[in-house]
Amino acid sequence: MSEQVIETKQAQVQQENAEVHKRVAQTYKDGFVTDIESDTFPPGLNEDVIRAISAKKNEPQWMLDWRLKAYEKWLTMEQPNWAKLKIPEIDFNAISYFSSPKSDENAPETLADVDPKLLETYAKLGVPLHEQEILAGVKKTKVAVDVVFDSVSVTTTFKKELKAAGVIFCSFSEAVQDHPELVKQYLGQVVPIGDNYFSALNAAVFSDGSFVYIPKNTRCPMELSTYFRINEMNTGQFERTLIIADDGAEVSYLEGCTAPMRDENQLHAAVVELFILDNAKIKYSTVQNWYPGDEEGKGGIYNFVTKRAACNGVNAKVSWTQVETGSAITWKYPSCVLRGDNSRGEFYSVALTNNYQQADTGTKMIHLGKNTKSTIISKGISAGKSHNTYRGLVRISKKAEGARNHTQCDSLLIGKNCGAHTFPYIECSNNSAQLEHEATTSKISEDQLFYCKQRGITEEDATSMIVDGFCKEVFKELPMEFAVEAKALLDISLEGAVG
Amino acid sequence: MLNIKNIHAQVGENKILKGLNLNIKPGEVHAIMGPNGSGKSTLGNVLAGMEKVEVTDGSVDFLGKNLLDLEIEERAAEGVFMAFQYPVEIPGVNNMYFLRAALNAQLKYRGEPEINSSVFLKLVREKIKMMNMRDDLLRRPVNEGFSGGEKKRNEIFQMSILEPKLAILDETDSGLDIDALKIVSDGVNQLRNEDRSFIVITHYQRLLDYIVPDYVHVLSDGKIVRTGDKSLALELEETGYGWLEK
Ligand SMILES: Nc1ncnc2c1ncn2[C@@H]1O[C@H](COP(=O)(O)OP(=O)(O)OP(=O)(O)O)[C@@H](O)[C@H]1O
Ligand SMILES: [Mg+2]
Repeated sequence: MSEQVIETKQAQVQQENAEVHKRVAQTYKDGFVTDIESDTFPPGLNEDVIRAISAKKNEPQWMLDWRLKAYEKWLTMEQPNWAKLKIPEIDFNAISYFSSPKSDENAPETLADVDPKLLETYAKLGVPLHEQEILAGVKKTKVAVDVVFDSVSVTTTFKKELKAAGVIFCSFSEAVQDHPELVKQYLGQVVPIGDNYFSALNAAVFSDGSFVYIPKNTRCPMELSTYFRINEMNTGQFERTLIIADDGAEVSYLEGCTAPMRDENQLHAAVVELFILDNAKIKYSTVQNWYPGDEEGKGGIYNFVTKRAACNGVNAKVSWTQVETGSAITWKYPSCVLRGDNSRGEFYSVALTNNYQQADTGTKMIHLGKNTKSTIISKGISAGKSHNTYRGLVRISKKAEGARNHTQCDSLLIGKNCGAHTFPYIECSNNSAQLEHEATTSKISEDQLFYCKQRGITEEDATSMIVDGFCKEVFKELPMEFAVEAKALLDISLEGAVG
Repeated sequence: MLNIKNIHAQVGENKILKGLNLNIKPGEVHAIMGPNGSGKSTLGNVLAGMEKVEVTDGSVDFLGKNLLDLEIEERAAEGVFMAFQYPVEIPGVNNMYFLRAALNAQLKYRGEPEINSSVFLKLVREKIKMMNMRDDLLRRPVNEGFSGGEKKRNEIFQMSILEPKLAILDETDSGLDIDALKIVSDGVNQLRNEDRSFIVITHYQRLLDYIVPDYVHVLSDGKIVRTGDKSLALELEETGYGWLEK
């Protein structure tokens, strides 16, 4: 959906809601004053903030109730500490929980005001100038959006094509307004409100996200978000995505952007829920390149993500592909609940950490149905002083007759000061299961580098080539253009790791 | 073209080359023989620039340049090629892609334009035929799962594409069957010309029936102890290295 659509909607919302605003404002407790007209709420989290977010979005009562329930639950929970991560204490009252997409307060005036390092990276990735402006959050980028997409017309063409196919693809906020029955039916069904600390927080305060519904026996006519990702960017730090593939439907969804984006929020806690019904397929690809912090480990995004797919139908298939190079801390386990008989789950992951980055990532494959199959291919690359952990669970329930899993889990170390860790958990309650697990840890060997250099290839190019070769099995799962970008991204993320 | 003077080299504390001299003119083929562990591969590594090997004394002049001052990849681009005794595997990296990257890197260093992909493909087709190599080896990852003989052939195939000025063949004949030995030797002979020189390290006189050397040197304990013509190889076949003890 286009930013313009969001804008119009909000203008409308704000008009209609003068009444609601007043009421909400009255309920504010002493000492907490939020100007509902302002684009950014002051830091702090309490029930009133949640009411205010909901009011700002003109949400129906059921949505607000859901958020409040989640908040209540969250208050009773504790931040998990089982991951192999050193997480500095997070002050949840120091965070602002609403910031309108049109807030320009701290935005740079022009590209000249943008960090030159960031611009250098864009240049290496081959990002055109006008797109650089959008990514860097330069003021009044709407003009630039128009340039990129030839005004609204291109977006509209795509919208028309999707509509003709019966596909719903819009922002989460829009879906709450326009398709409440679908949202109500599916929201929180895969990732329940109290699933975990960060998902509960997300449920309480989520900012926005995407909603997709692919009707029965429909193959989505285009890869979703390829043309939309720039418009869809400003969804804030608590993103919520819901995708439903009805019987026989098929969709490929791309999330993220290879170019690092300007972002002032340190904490990101997203939730993604996927529903796959009979004979349906979802392919979900992510490239995550949030700011990782500097060479000394200062700054950087904390990325706590809950992603889960429910293969509820027979022959349902889901495939998660992720390339994670960003964030100071990554905590993320895209999972598959294989409930339908013959359903299949796949997880292909490349996680690269450099400098002081920490990643604890992996997947869960929960086999409930008969003849369910899962494949896990995880490639962890650690450089600098970083720590990279794979954590995966394969659970075969009693009724999952004939279940199969293949796990391959490879780590590549660059340099002597990094760490790679692997925690595979297997819980098997059915003897007919076939489980295979392979794990390797390797280094880029001096012999390999010598061989490449003897042929004339520089050390940097040789490293990039070897890393690319290491990731091949995952890259080939990515949509073509994404794969090319992902490779460029790894090269950039590894800069300074060799030599 | 290559003038090696009084080279002393060591790995850690282990002194391996102890005052080695060798002078090679353009177009010459020099065979180097000698017992296991005498320092033959180390000589190749010194020329190629392996970091682990520390040169403590001596000099190497290559076409008027001080070779020891150059980086490994610079030496390669200047025309030094080593066919490795044990070629390494690079998982996931397509053989042809690797070779093209290598060729382009060298062209770039020399200030020449990159090779266009159809010209490259033609070149590859031609050479792979010459080496009688299976096509699928091109699409497979570099040396991964190659048989011993296939790896050696792949080295010479790479050499034929990169067209170096000085090629060091380190026991390229070991692991080759009789037919492959002929094919590889033919490949080498086709590249022989008045500008290109070869250092052929081998244990077996038989290779030198195919690749006829101008000189044969015996390397022992880090030094060249004898130099002769092709007949020296025949003699060694008879006598072995026992005489070195005396
Ligand atoms: N990286 C290294 N670390 C330790 N010792 C080494 C290293 N490389 C070579 N050497 C030692 O140096 C000596 C010479 O080795 P080199 O490989 O040059 O012998 P070679 O003449 O090629 O033998 P071969 O005929 O068996 O191939 C050997 O004793 C070997 O163990
Ligand atoms: Mg040797």
